[in-house]
Amino acid sequence: MPLGNPQATVDHAQNIIELERVSFSYGAQTVLENVDLAVHRGDYLGIVGGNGAGKTTLIKIVLGLLKPTSGAVRLFGHDIASFKDWSRIGYVPQKATNFDANFPATVLEAVLMGRYGRRGLFRFLTREDKDLARLALEQVGLWPQRGRLIGDLSGGQQQRVFIARALAGGPDALILDEPTVGVESGVAGEFYALLKRLNEELRLTVVLVTHDIDRMAHQAMHVACVDKTIFYHRSVDEYFRKTHAEAHPHDHPAPVSGSAGGGGR
Amino acid sequence: MLDLFRYGFALRGLEAGVAVALVAPLIGTFLVLRRYSLIADTLAHVSLAGIALGLLLKINPILAALAMTAVASLGIEKLRLSKRVYGESSLALFCSGSLALATILLSVGRGFNANLFSYLFGSILTVTRQDVNTILLLAAGVAGALALFYKELVFITFDEDSARVAGLPVKALNMLLIVLAAFTITLSIPIIGVLLIAALVVIPVVAALQLRRGFAATLLWAEAISLFSVVAGMLASFYLNLSSGGTIVLVMLAVFLILLPFRSTSGDLPPA
Repeated sequence: MPLGNPQATVDHAQNIIELERVSFSYGAQTVLENVDLAVHRGDYLGIVGGNGAGKTTLIKIVLGLLKPTSGAVRLFGHDIASFKDWSRIGYVPQKATNFDANFPATVLEAVLMGRYGRRGLFRFLTREDKDLARLALEQVGLWPQRGRLIGDLSGGQQQRVFIARALAGGPDALILDEPTVGVESGVAGEFYALLKRLNEELRLTVVLVTHDIDRMAHQAMHVACVDKTIFYHRSVDEYFRKTHAEAHPHDHPAPVSGSAGGGGR
Repeated sequence: MLDLFRYGFALRGLEAGVAVALVAPLIGTFLVLRRYSLIADTLAHVSLAGIALGLLLKINPILAALAMTAVASLGIEKLRLSKRVYGESSLALFCSGSLALATILLSVGRGFNANLFSYLFGSILTVTRQDVNTILLLAAGVAGALALFYKELVFITFDEDSARVAGLPVKALNMLLIVLAAFTITLSIPIIGVLLIAALVVIPVVAALQLRRGFAATLLWAEAISLFSVVAGMLASFYLNLSSGGTIVLVMLAVFLILLPFRSTSGDLPPA
């Protein structure tokens, strides 16, 4: 792993996530329609969209928590149905809704959970697992807090614990669902900077769903806008230029797929 | 004063009591944190139907209860997953349904007698050597299974979605947890009785949670509270001639009340 590489490079030859004409409906209600998306190795993609635009559904499909009504999902080139290598994906859930602040777990215990998928059934944790958990905590700057209850930390620190848990599994990609919901607004910028650093230094692919476009956008390389289907913007600058130029960013040109810009639909 | 150790039944009871005391909080920690405390009560009612069936068919009531609770626990989980009824409604259905079945079976078998009373409230006087052996075997099995799947169960308890993304077989682990809960409930019956089992599973854990420690530390505190309460409760019930189940539960409640105002905050460890 090229540590300390100042310039994150995107490897267009390696597709981490590929969605092809993915649609999803709850009964008669169509949530996603013909979504094409390609995330390459080293990408930092921000997915934005309003409430009910289908952002969370899209993430759940990528994570295999929901099955698309139609279309194909591939992770690391494998069809999601036969994909087994889940430890390559680090998932950071939405803190505010998925976390019980009274849960009796120390910071270190929570981060060690990130090793459980790697270690497998019937295996106990080893010295190596503990070292990797420590490394992950050091990366997010929370090693001194390892003995504290996760519920006693601030929202921003809690979210960093979840990042450390994902990092401890040694993933190639981080997928984050609304990571700054419930995090003090002052530290949200810091949080995006941390993701940027992980993206550059560890060459982690980062996919992030958020409504917090202004703060996130200055860090992400690419922005995709979801509103039933996906509207891809090649770069953050382009996103801002277009949103400022037009009152309705969602009406913008033909949705295209991927940062390679390869063929529409 | 009577000498406890000259009475074989008291020793047998204590032996079984210690095994139950050690296993109940292990399973209880997962149930309480998953907001599943009520399942202990539901499975206890189901076990009563099993006991009634055992008395009627003249087979070992504990084994009959074991089979009945294991089947019911899978049914409860299936019904919950089907999302056709709410989680608690599924528990309510099984709770009242099995109690109804128990009363019918008992009336058919003329089982409303002193024997039933000992199953309802627990009695160390009637614990047989065979019961103790069954309890020890089951306790060892449950503890062993929990040790094997400890890290997976902690993960699904803390964050089920992330555990699923990490590739853990969440559905199977949920089933395992609930079947182990059924075993734990059943093995506790002779000591504490059907009506008070839920207390043994839930109260030591809720008391330990007041201390605000990490997961492993909370588990150990729950074990300590449970062991203390069961031994103290059994000794008190022996010397004061009280019901063992009731005494144990009241000791547990006393511990909980003592810990309730006790709130410590965890401090930072120095950087290593």
